[in-house]
Amino acid sequence: MHELSIVSSIVDTVTESLAAYPGALVNEVRLRVGALASVIPESLEFCYGIATEGTPLEGSRLVIKVLPVVMHCVPCNREVELEGVQSFRCPICGEPCFDLRQGRELEIEDIEIDEMDEAEVKG
Amino acid sequence: MTTRIVELRRGILKKNDELAAGLRARYTAAGVLVLNLVSSPGTGKTAFLEWTLTELRKRGVRVAALVGDLETDNDARRLASSGAPVRQINTHGICHLDAEMIARHLDGWELGDLDYLFIENVGNLVCPSSYDLGEKIRVALLSVTEGEDKPLKYPTLFNSADAAVITKMDLAAPCGFDRWEALKNINEIRPGIRIFETSVKSGVGLEEWLGYLAEERALSGA
Repeated sequence: MHELSIVSSIVDTVTESLAAYPGALVNEVRLRVGALASVIPESLEFCYGIATEGTPLEGSRLVIKVLPVVMHCVPCNREVELEGVQSFRCPICGEPCFDLRQGRELEIEDIEIDEMDEAEVKG
Repeated sequence: MTTRIVELRRGILKKNDELAAGLRARYTAAGVLVLNLVSSPGTGKTAFLEWTLTELRKRGVRVAALVGDLETDNDARRLASSGAPVRQINTHGICHLDAEMIARHLDGWELGDLDYLFIENVGNLVCPSSYDLGEKIRVALLSVTEGEDKPLKYPTLFNSADAAVITKMDLAAPCGFDRWEALKNINEIRPGIRIFETSVKSGVGLEEWLGYLAEERALSGA
């Protein structure tokens, strides 16, 4: 259960990035989370509500895009997408795969904000 | 009001990853091989490490250990009986060690005086897998009492490991441990990984483990 510390880190990163947009409101925060990132989307969502309280992210939506594991298969000489994380074999030829190309991501892709117009900032 | 998408493309654990990269550079410069030992609570990490530290010291190898736990310094006291320098990291409820905790607890240690530094992580098979500590080798441990399907239940941890150690092999028969099933499951999650079947009670598999440590140290150019 390290989701709370992950969410706190999201709050810090997004808050920092808002410095360039004074008065902006955050509507949505979009994450890319690999199937091997060892975080549970439901737990992230649960913690998100708590950790964003009283921050510029309060009330915003957390959107989590889960990325499947992609391995490089040597015999097939191509990247293959695994159906799950129970077997690291090529779904085409059945040989074991050693080279992970996607699946450990844990990143903020982008945020959607409502930016104050110049007149509103001055006012 | 204008709606705008701001692209961030930032790793959520970037701060930890940067600190870990700094640690890795320090370890390399000092010529110390660093291993991060991860398992469930009760697998026998401390007993395994106690044996490893004691045995390496007997052979004149310079070793030290950092040990993580939520509370208490019981493990550090056990490990210190090996005579090696040991420091306890109490995380006070945090389920994993992170690079900042490691950096803080290395303060005052001359890494150049060490051949190996072992980090015993908090007993947890989920959270430690996300946190790079700058280690060269991540070791996943699994005891025969835990069930052969543990690697399938915790694929993230086993997939990120460089070596796997099965502990308490002396209890394999009474526990009805299916050795082939366990080896198959580990290989399914991390094909080709080095696996050591060990027992600190009977001594089985431990020479192979020490041989591996020596090989890895030679390979790392340290």
